[in-house]
Amino acid sequence: MNQDQKKISLTNRSKVVSNKKMTLMERFYLPAIFKGMSITASHFFKREVTIQYPEVKRPFSDIYRGLHVLKLDDEGRERCTACGLCALACPAESITMIAAERKEDERNLYREEKYASMYEINMLRCIFCGDCESACPKEAIFLTNRTVPSEYERADFIYGKDVLVEKKDSRIDVSKRQTPEVLAFKQDKSKSHNN
Amino acid sequence: MDIQFILYKIILIVAILLLSLMVAMYSTLAERKVAGFFQDRLGPNRAGIFGLLQPVADGLKLFMKEEFMPANADKVLYIMGPSLTMLVALLSSAVIPWGGTLIIAGREFALQVADVNIGVLYVFAVVSIGVYGIMIGGWASNNKYALMGSVRAASQMISYELAMSMSIVTIVMTTGSLSLNEIVTQQQGMHWNVFTQPIGFVVFLICAFAETNRAPFDLPECDSELIGGYHTEYSSMKLGFYLFSEYINMFISSAMIASLYFGGYDFPFMHDMGLSHNMVTLMGTAALFLKITFFGFLFMWIRWTLPRFRYDQLMRFGWKGLMPWAIANMVLTGFFYMLFKK
Repeated sequence: MNQDQKKISLTNRSKVVSNKKMTLMERFYLPAIFKGMSITASHFFKREVTIQYPEVKRPFSDIYRGLHVLKLDDEGRERCTACGLCALACPAESITMIAAERKEDERNLYREEKYASMYEINMLRCIFCGDCESACPKEAIFLTNRTVPSEYERADFIYGKDVLVEKKDSRIDVSKRQTPEVLAFKQDKSKSHNN
Repeated sequence: MDIQFILYKIILIVAILLLSLMVAMYSTLAERKVAGFFQDRLGPNRAGIFGLLQPVADGLKLFMKEEFMPANADKVLYIMGPSLTMLVALLSSAVIPWGGTLIIAGREFALQVADVNIGVLYVFAVVSIGVYGIMIGGWASNNKYALMGSVRAASQMISYELAMSMSIVTIVMTTGSLSLNEIVTQQQGMHWNVFTQPIGFVVFLICAFAETNRAPFDLPECDSELIGGYHTEYSSMKLGFYLFSEYINMFISSAMIASLYFGGYDFPFMHDMGLSHNMVTLMGTAALFLKITFFGFLFMWIRWTLPRFRYDQLMRFGWKGLMPWAIANMVLTGFFYMLFKK
């Protein structure tokens, strides 16, 4: 090993290999073995790090980026207007939608004249970056601290509106994600990178 | 040879057989638990309370597995391998004195299946056959990894058996008997062999690890290099037999170590507590099992501490490390024996 190579060490913990002759004590191995055994013995009495999963769950961060939700507004109408910005922003191209015009008798279902008659996210493609959330001008899509469950079929990972849209009687709280500061930042056009 | 005697022996044999199997069963759980604790995990705890039903689940799993036989395997030998290993593992429990004597209805019954006067020799003979089970299984599988595993098992056995026997010879010299019962009896009153034979004990202990193919001498199995070694091609209960016999061997080895070096069923103040004869015997058996448990734990402790020896290191250690020590120990023992005892 030359001098230049020696200097390359990111952690300063690298050790130079030495082939020096072992001392008599080292050749007995037993002291080293006892040392090793005392290390393992100390671990024997250490607290276990195991989390008993189904009963105990590791706490998620409030702003964890997990399974998406399509929010309803306060009156229970879908906020999404199928503008397609989320699909455009998505780097993994996992979002697709079909826009439709609201009928007169659907005023209580959709907030604006245009809505998404089909809205799908492919959870196998999604990288949970949260760009859709940032891009959304209607505060309709959010990532939540829920996880995507496992499935047996690939097709089952394509989530439609039946899964994504939140239910009227069991709202999903995103207030931790959308603090007033975040909202103000989003609405400040001067900070937008989309113009 | 009356009917009472035969009946007692049959009961004892069945009891020890069941006991060995139970201990082996729960050793598998203990191993996984101990491994878990050593690695800051919990180990299996889902099947039953503390995972106590885990061995049953494991056994059931093994039974349900496909009974696979390689196309070009030697069918007779393929089945013979695990059977022989299992048989031999169970055979060696016959001569171990599990306790003193029980007096039932005025008759004295020894807690030992057979007090043969060549007990030590018998154990070694039987244990040496054990490697044939591995060799035959590895050969019959017609798989290069399996063959490699069995070749390693054979050469490992040869390297360690000698040192092991040498360390035993010293005990036979000081005891003047090959009978295990005699060896245990002479150690009573805390005259344990480990105090007079520390070097012999260390050599024997190391060899016992090698003999049972446990880490750091698990070269025949060697999951990382030989994908399982001699039992690569085995599945279902045939594999179960191999794995199971390892734990039985561990149990028997622990019992042997306890009997040869730690006074067997001897415990401090054995005859000074004014207990009845049967009580002393039962407590002695309990003491023996305590010792066995400790050595069983030691086996696991070592396994989860030390890395595996390399093949050449193992050979060098066996021949050039242990052998000289065993011989020196033998010569020294002979010298002191001649100096003080005669």
